[in-house]
Amino acid sequence: MKPPPFSYHDPKTVAEVVGLLSTLENAKLLAGGQSLMPMLNFRYVQPDHIIDLNRVEGLSYIRETPDGMEVGAMTRQRDLEFSELVARRFPLMHEAIQSIGHRQTRNRGTIGGSLCHLDPSAELVSCAMTLDAVVVVAGPAGQREIAFKDFPVGYLTSAVEPNEVLTAIRFSAWPAKHGYAFVEFARRHGDFAIVSAATLLQVDDAGRIMRAAVTLGGMGTGPVRASELEVALTGHAPDVEFLRQACESCRRFEAFDDVHAPASYRQHLATVMSRRALEKAYARATGKA
Amino acid sequence: MGQTRKIALTVNGKRYEEEVEVRVTLADFIRHQLGLTGTHLGCEHGVCGACTILMDGRSARACLMLAVQADGHDFLTVEGIAPSPDKLHPLQQAFHENHGLQCGFCTPGMLTTLLEFLRDNPDPTEREVRIAISGNLCRCTGYQNIVISALDAAKRLQAEAEQKA
Repeated sequence: MKPPPFSYHDPKTVAEVVGLLSTLENAKLLAGGQSLMPMLNFRYVQPDHIIDLNRVEGLSYIRETPDGMEVGAMTRQRDLEFSELVARRFPLMHEAIQSIGHRQTRNRGTIGGSLCHLDPSAELVSCAMTLDAVVVVAGPAGQREIAFKDFPVGYLTSAVEPNEVLTAIRFSAWPAKHGYAFVEFARRHGDFAIVSAATLLQVDDAGRIMRAAVTLGGMGTGPVRASELEVALTGHAPDVEFLRQACESCRRFEAFDDVHAPASYRQHLATVMSRRALEKAYARATGKA
Repeated sequence: MGQTRKIALTVNGKRYEEEVEVRVTLADFIRHQLGLTGTHLGCEHGVCGACTILMDGRSARACLMLAVQADGHDFLTVEGIAPSPDKLHPLQQAFHENHGLQCGFCTPGMLTTLLEFLRDNPDPTEREVRIAISGNLCRCTGYQNIVISALDAAKRLQAEAEQKA
């Protein structure tokens, strides 16, 4: 249970990070370390170089923008948890963060690290997917932006190239009175979710859903948007029975088997978690919660 | 021995300057190099919470950090909680009197975690205490007496604060 030997680098600027990534072979970026350090201790990963981002300047901030916020990649999950701006404009994220690990891991864990590690059941991954976040990465050719729907490219694999580093994430806020909910099924508080559902709803004065976003986490290799369900909800003022039937479509997503649950159970949970999240979000959107 | 680095850090108010191998975790460094074996290692992958220490006042898992990352920071381990060698901290006293430990393996992590928690939430509910220690595994107590100890400690710390004020 000890990390394998590696060379350690602690650059001070993003330019230095990009320079190191371009010259070093088999290098790994170390952010908050709450996923990479266990993998190093287990020797699941054996990098020749560790590039520590903790001393890079200017990567930790939460900044309000005209349509939402921009968050620096090295912003700790704890800082998001206690951010007034996040609580006010991104209540979905505020709620989801309560389920990320524990205080000790949120104190160190970063948003950028969580997104790049891209665990399919990670709470911030689901939030970014639901909020249609835009990810900013820096590389040898400068900066580029990646829409979050294009960010996951495989299991634990993001669209960030080996010579690039994620520097910031941009979020657009939903209108002031939107409904939101994050629910997950885990055996113990702080465990990885077996299945999670993140939802956002915009509802008109008559209680009709104008816009819906639903993300399922923990099902397969990455987070998935339940687009069919989103379309089915739009234009309706749903009751419990309507939601129950609409959420049945979530059973059709591909899911994987592991020691925690067989695929069929995950598919069952997808219908239940999405319904519970939507009930909660709808009650909040219509002022009944 | 692989690549090494010189680091300077403060642990329990004492300044150390040490040469460390860059792949050594902070937990192993604290135990083996500084000889502070109160910080325990259970799982070494961030699940059991036994190695919880305070870094600049915030709780963190010492097994999920490299010692080289500790350079320039201030740490508190279980050895630094008591105000003097013959006097326990109110939190420790509460554990002592409420049978908040049996084998004691999880206790350093419980104490450091609760130290931060009670500073941020001086008057917690039982549920809040249970969530606060949800990242610390105990296989002896069934948690009941730990929760009682934490709630008792909150009262003791509040009484102490009132006395000072």
